[in-house]
Amino acid sequence: MSSAPRLAIVAGHADFADGLVSAVEAITGHGDRLVPIQVRGLCGEDIQALLRQRLRDTGALVIFTDLQAGSCTMAARRVLREVPGAVLVAGANLPMLLDFVLSAEADPVTAATAAAERGRAAVSVHGGSA
Amino acid sequence: MTLLLNRIDDRLIHGQVVVGWGQPLDVHYIVLVDDAVASSEWEQELYRMGVPPEMEVRFLSVADAARQLDEFRTEPRAGILLTGDIATMSRLVTEAGVRDVNVGGIHHRAGRVQHLRYVFLTPAEEQELRAIAEQGAVVTAQDVPAARAVPLEELLAAREGA
Repeated sequence: MSSAPRLAIVAGHADFADGLVSAVEAITGHGDRLVPIQVRGLCGEDIQALLRQRLRDTGALVIFTDLQAGSCTMAARRVLREVPGAVLVAGANLPMLLDFVLSAEADPVTAATAAAERGRAAVSVHGGSA
Repeated sequence: MTLLLNRIDDRLIHGQVVVGWGQPLDVHYIVLVDDAVASSEWEQELYRMGVPPEMEVRFLSVADAARQLDEFRTEPRAGILLTGDIATMSRLVTEAGVRDVNVGGIHHRAGRVQHLRYVFLTPAEEQELRAIAEQGAVVTAQDVPAARAVPLEELLAAREGA
């Protein structure tokens, strides 16, 4: 039994998306499960149009963005109003995306939700004591 | 402290504003002037979710902002005035005495020419910026605090991406 691989859009500032996707590819070989987009020079409306197009082209139901206040996050929240069932995860990091592409969960939204928790839990601080 | 930055940015509240400027200037509030946002609870909630809890966002129509801007000038905390287009800032220069204008982000759209990585302008928009300067306001382009503030004439003469 096989199913189509889960896909997610990754969007953020500068080379954030390309960098994270290349890291996922280097670690897992599954970078092709993520679709990075670049938004340099685009106004908010054009970012929305680009996200809309990528969702339509790929069938993805998940968008990962870098920053809660970022323009990609703002644009994604607008686009998601038009896509029932789709999910946005803001504050993405590498552990989160690794969890998403490696998840055995078939449902992309469930996989994204679990990945968000994994990414949140993966932040740690070491050292710093005198 | 008052309003430390009067910014034109078509993305309105986003990372450069909240983090890039907000943290080094210790900004406690943003005055977002936009008629469409001021009349939409959903839009306001969208932008509120983009700022940290300790940062206040005031949403004003252009007319209300023109009347109320003096109140923010006596506010002891540091704030940012934000508009999504040149025309709105132009009204605030004319009607509310704004004297420093930061062109922070006007992005690609049909008919616009790229001047800087983050500034694209139509000929009409170039004229609008000149008109703001002719009223005595200092107009510079600067996306983030670490970048150089580009004077208006240099901005208008610059061409990138050609």
